[in-house]
Amino acid sequence: MENMVNVFLFGKKYSVPENLTIMRAMEYAGYQLVRGCGCRNGFCGACATIYRIKGDRDLKACLACQTKVEDNMYIATLPFFPLVKQVYDMDKVAPTQQIMMQLYPEIYACIGCNACTKACTQDLNVMQYIAYAQRGDFEKCAEESFDCVMCGVCSSRCPAGISHPQVAMLARRINGKYLAPKCDHLENRVQEINDGTFKELIEALMQKPIDEMKELYNTREIEK
Amino acid sequence: MYSEKFTDSIKAVEAARAKNIAYEPARMTAQEKEDLLKAYHPDYKETEFAELKIGPNKGERVPHELCATLQANSRINPSDIDLSKIDYDVDVLVIGGGGAGASAAIEAHEAGANVMVVTKLRMGDANTMMAEGGIQAADKENDSPAIHFVDAFGGGHFAAKRELLRKLVCDAPEAISWLSDLGVEFDKDKDGNMITTHGGGTSRKRMHAAKDYSGAEIMRTLRDEVLNRQIPVVDFTAAIELILDENGNASGAVLVNMETEEIMVARAKTVIIATGGAGRMHYQGFPTSNHYGATADGLVLGYRAGAKLLYAETLQYHPTGAAYPEQIFGALVTEKVRSLGAKLVNAKGEVFMHPLETRDVSAASIIRECGDRGNGVDTGNGQGIWLDTPMIEAIGGEGTIEKRIPAMMRMFGKYGIDIRKEPILIYPTLHYQNGGLDITEDCMTTNVENLFVAGEAVGGIHGRNRLMGNSLLDIIVFGRSAGKNAAAKAKDVKVGALTLDHVNAFANERKAAGITTDEVSPKLLPDYRNK
Repeated sequence: MENMVNVFLFGKKYSVPENLTIMRAMEYAGYQLVRGCGCRNGFCGACATIYRIKGDRDLKACLACQTKVEDNMYIATLPFFPLVKQVYDMDKVAPTQQIMMQLYPEIYACIGCNACTKACTQDLNVMQYIAYAQRGDFEKCAEESFDCVMCGVCSSRCPAGISHPQVAMLARRINGKYLAPKCDHLENRVQEINDGTFKELIEALMQKPIDEMKELYNTREIEK
Repeated sequence: MYSEKFTDSIKAVEAARAKNIAYEPARMTAQEKEDLLKAYHPDYKETEFAELKIGPNKGERVPHELCATLQANSRINPSDIDLSKIDYDVDVLVIGGGGAGASAAIEAHEAGANVMVVTKLRMGDANTMMAEGGIQAADKENDSPAIHFVDAFGGGHFAAKRELLRKLVCDAPEAISWLSDLGVEFDKDKDGNMITTHGGGTSRKRMHAAKDYSGAEIMRTLRDEVLNRQIPVVDFTAAIELILDENGNASGAVLVNMETEEIMVARAKTVIIATGGAGRMHYQGFPTSNHYGATADGLVLGYRAGAKLLYAETLQYHPTGAAYPEQIFGALVTEKVRSLGAKLVNAKGEVFMHPLETRDVSAASIIRECGDRGNGVDTGNGQGIWLDTPMIEAIGGEGTIEKRIPAMMRMFGKYGIDIRKEPILIYPTLHYQNGGLDITEDCMTTNVENLFVAGEAVGGIHGRNRLMGNSLLDIIVFGRSAGKNAAAKAKDVKVGALTLDHVNAFANERKAAGITTDEVSPKLLPDYRNK
């Protein structure tokens, strides 16, 4: 017999095996999930969940697919949170501090409570990356926020109404497009292909009998 | 946290680590690989396949589960659908909100088309989001699209449609450039050179990555771009049948709201199927690395409308799915772990194969090691093989794991396993649908006019096995191409009278073949409820 624990899904009590994740526990209890379930592997942020262990003051946040149930866990899922996503043209934004002031001015209303960081399901230093965004340090904001799955729990806890994941998204795109060093070998190769440099080589492969292709493949040199 | 029963085996792995790092295992010969695959790869297990009795691929063999879903009942009765009541009327209808669908939507929009995306979950709920290791492109000095072609063609057992593969490799650098320009953050050195590694079966280091969140970084950027362009996205809405017109051309889809079950009709001049893969079909009972909605929907939609499948019998089992702990059973452990130097080690601490053989060969080799050779580790939930992750830090220096594969460190860290210090247990997991709908170079199906396909729902780009990093590449290359071509084609299309006669015809074919089943398809979502 498996060891069972009691969990409270939206307040209703269910007995479930202790080794299950919250997501599997919901399914075990009989929920056919539509919302609040995406990749089931911790990458997509669909299954943001808030819970409290009975008797604890702390309200905790997690991804349901990445967290094991505990006894007396009170669980509420947060399958959607109304983040503010500003619309912008990446070709027209400039990598300056002003862009944050224009698009996400509320970040300057941060009161430094750190509730975002405490709530982050990925254990990111959310308040710190917002501080970088305030200063227009997009590279650091991008690095600090890189593992964000945009689940929105941080924003649900923010008294200043900041949509942290969207701020970070903008910072990463600015960094990737404008600030990261340009890649010369990539640009050269695109140019070579447009110039038809490899056309003959490729066309030869298009015609080659299978036996010759096998020979070519099986004897090819492999870079160390 | 490993329980005591693993201690002896972990000690054997640790004791042999220094020797195993230095050891360079030989790669298998062509003959060895062929023999291994025939004996151990799930694709060769005859009893797991059934013959299609109806439809365009009648007489061909596909996995039992796929056969059942392809031949199942429609979710609708065509006579209940009022095709004169059009809820959405667009130029280009994109079905699927993953990497291919998003790329297609962006390019169709760029071309000036009125484009709309429908997706049964949220935009970005897709296998793209979960791709970890990277994306291939031959953009280094010592590499070329021709070398990339040979690697992929051989890795796919010389079965790829060459014109599709040519397009994949030749458009690859431009795809990376396009993504960079959208703001995707690839790993680069301070001079801007791409930091690239090997994948299984590559002969050059051409794997570009964004740590081990490569797919997530690409997907969230594409999604953001779709939103910036204000392309309509109808989420939590699945396409459940294609609509044809009186000339037999694809002309839209019947949609269903996943929550309210409301039925809607979308009319379109061209349709793009970008519905992704099928891991949640759990072929042969395998666990899967795939997202929740990977149920082969596009194959079902296309098949009923008369589109042909190619290589639908070939699946990819990723060699390294998590085998322990059970909470992450089947989750993807990126191939990049091996690219960075970790080797596969059996229960006795022996390296039994080269870590970067192609995925089908690696998976078969692991199955053999755990099966007939009896060198697997009992996980309590099946068998597993060690992937000796501490080797990465020994080779690349302290901090390499945190910098290059943070998602893996986090995934195991949640269960008390520090992959910098302890090896992890893996076993093959259902990962990728090699086959799919048969298309020409312009991404249109070979036999249904105005029906385009992109991404994992396509068959033939990779042949019978796919190399790591060629899927993130194909969703971008073929997604963009499908978007451009569908938009261009839409300019000249006059949609005729809409019809669902093909759904009736397929039902009649089913009846005539004596198939009786209660199953309906597309499946849309798996059912994991405790019954």
